Amino acid sequence: MTIKYSKDHEWINAADANAAVVGITLHAQDALGDVVFVDLPAVGTTFAQGDVAGVVESVKAAADVYMPVSGEVVEVNEALRADPSLANSDPLGAGWFFKVKLSEPAQLDGLMDETAYSSFSASA
Amino acid sequence: MSAPAAAPLLTTPLNALHIELGARMVPFAGYSMPVQYPAGLMAEHLHTREKAGLFDVSHMGQLRLVGPDAAAAFESLMPVDVIDLPVGKQRYGLLLNDEGGIIDDLMFFRVAQDELFVIVNGACKVGDIAHIQARIGQRCQVVPLPDHALLALQGPQAATALARLAPGVEKLVFMTGGNFQIAGCDCFVTRSGYTGEDGFEISVPAAQADTLARALLAQPEVKPIGLGARNSLRLEAGLCLYGNDIDTTTTPVEAALNWAMQKVRRTGGARAGGFPGADKVLAQLDNPASVARKRVGLVALERVPVREHTELQSEGGQKIGEVTSGLLGPSFDKPIALAYVDAQHAAIGTRVNAIVRGKAVPMEVCATPFVPTRYYRG
Repeated sequence: MTIKYSKDHEWINAADANAAVVGITLHAQDALGDVVFVDLPAVGTTFAQGDVAGVVESVKAAADVYMPVSGEVVEVNEALRADPSLANSDPLGAGWFFKVKLSEPAQLDGLMDETAYSSFSASA
Repeated sequence: MSAPAAAPLLTTPLNALHIELGARMVPFAGYSMPVQYPAGLMAEHLHTREKAGLFDVSHMGQLRLVGPDAAAAFESLMPVDVIDLPVGKQRYGLLLNDEGGIIDDLMFFRVAQDELFVIVNGACKVGDIAHIQARIGQRCQVVPLPDHALLALQGPQAATALARLAPGVEKLVFMTGGNFQIAGCDCFVTRSGYTGEDGFEISVPAAQADTLARALLAQPEVKPIGLGARNSLRLEAGLCLYGNDIDTTTTPVEAALNWAMQKVRRTGGARAGGFPGADKVLAQLDNPASVARKRVGLVALERVPVREHTELQSEGGQKIGEVTSGLLGPSFDKPIALAYVDAQHAAIGTRVNAIVRGKAVPMEVCATPFVPTRYYRG
């Protein structure tokens, strides 16, 4: 399973379709700057693809975190809530936001792969 | 991302230097300006509080008012004592409209008995110069200085760094200034700024700005600082940003800028009134109970940033005001804000709720500055 990317600059690793990991991309954290606050969804909440599921804020700006796919939030990253700078220092690893149980796994096919996202974010 | 068609952005004389330093450039006040350098907003903010930061503020408007009547003429535009400002000193001023609303806030310096040097906000400068020209252009020469850059060197080590290049500059005290040669550049220096720290603002001919900036950046204490940290530094210092915290719909009294209006211009003073909007502003000063809303400082009691335009409610759930600037203060390490609230909720210690994404974030009215200022008063 590879990582997929949304046009809203989230990544999703769906190696486990019952707990796919979602975070913001290297590009997104760079554009935001030093992250000082994250608002994470409540575990058990169900979202449709494209819904606002959280918020990430730097000193200078706030940005919504969108659901890259439909599903139910099964876990959130409490370590990120305690230390939001993890979104900058390790956005693809320790800085993950939440895990989601996919309700429509086929939506993954509509997301970008790394090559497509690289050129997308370079032109954004 | 394709930008909408707009007037091409202007650049400052330091544009090439910003790009060389790796700055992220953004449109601001019609200019392409550095919002941050590779170190990032947080590091730049903290560096300025600890050592010294160099800011390019060349987008701001600089002008001279010249002639024997210049001070009296300029005083007729502001609720401020201009006439009695001694030569060599600087003061904060406010241009008002006929309703007492704030057209702009500014700094002015008495160069000579018959000459003032004025610095206004970049986004307001075209309108300000037209206003000044229209109202007092018959009484003095209004001379814009578009061929001058403006640099700010701010922080507790600013004086040490600048004095290495311009011995004697350390003797200036807060809100005074003078001419200095710095790295071969013809500079006019005031000891002032917009960060709450000790520091200097330096006006320099555009052609010499790059040389000056590189000489300052060569000092071990000095790093380049972008507009992002400039904003967080000024907010921690409790200073208003024109367009956010004050504008033509706010009077100086509502904006809690009473300190900027000297007694001589108030009711009972030797030169009371005689400025645009005087009836309204003096009535508000004379009868504080008539003022319906007031600018206050707020600190959040939870670690949730509260941003501009956020609605404020009383603990009973009534709308009582709105945030005009807000962020997590990098040095203060808590969310802070400036806001307008109904007068009965303006007392220090009052609890209010900010409505952030539908949830109430408790905040408390508190004194500003949030971070103690460290101006050098000798």
